[in-house]
Amino acid sequence: MVPLSYYLVLSGILFACGVTGFLVKRNIITIFMSIELMLNGVNLSFVAFAAHWHALSGQVFVFFVMVVAAAEAAVGLAIIISVFRTRQTLNVDRVNLLKL
Amino acid sequence: MHLALFLIFGAICVAGAINLLVQSHPINGALSLVVVMASLAVEYLLLGAEFVAAVQVIVYAGAIMVLFVFVIMLLNAGVEEHTKGSRVALLFGVPGMIIGSVLIAWLLLTNSGTGAVAAGALPGAPRDLAQLLFHEFLLPFEVTSVLVLIAIMGAVVLASKPEPLPPPEEER
Repeated sequence: MVPLSYYLVLSGILFACGVTGFLVKRNIITIFMSIELMLNGVNLSFVAFAAHWHALSGQVFVFFVMVVAAAEAAVGLAIIISVFRTRQTLNVDRVNLLKL
Repeated sequence: MHLALFLIFGAICVAGAINLLVQSHPINGALSLVVVMASLAVEYLLLGAEFVAAVQVIVYAGAIMVLFVFVIMLLNAGVEEHTKGSRVALLFGVPGMIIGSVLIAWLLLTNSGTGAVAAGALPGAPRDLAQLLFHEFLLPFEVTSVLVLIAIMGAVVLASKPEPLPPPEEER
């Protein structure tokens, strides 16, 4: 028997790691992986709540989150390839065409 | 037993997440993210969500991470360049993050002592899940299929080689 709060704390730690990576990292692919980490943290809390309240709809929402994550990864990686083709770099600090 | 498994795989999970932050080469980050996803699948099994655990391994650790590794290899991504960060963000951000996370963890650990998850005895079978997915959530399910179709088309359009511009028309 594991208390629900342990799962929520683990999920929060994963989400915080994802946010930190999103803000700190400069490689655009690593930033994308941080977003995946955040989605995984949210998924864990969905499943934990589904188990806690004996409601299966939480697990169904996990599937929708996974579908959105897959779509986002496909489109995002295509954008990364397109950016690399035009700018020849993966560093987000060098992609600054819209900056003042 | 469950608590021990939870702690072991939770520790592996957090170690992988921190390794993702520490590593400077994206391929190492991708491999540590695979570790995070695999240990999360074990956590799902502990929560009784067998099908979600299987899908986690197949879709996340399989498909999505292969896509990431493929793009890293394709673009020949090297070691990350370091740029100068803002000092103010460091000064306020780190203490703020520590205070916030301690506060949230303390609130969670003190206020939810009643909820205990009995692993294994929960409904998580694919049959029950399919009943829910194809009856109550049929419309969102169909909408996600449209979403995936749009994502495929967008990926193909974005990643395909740009066609060379047609020669300019002669001015009259």
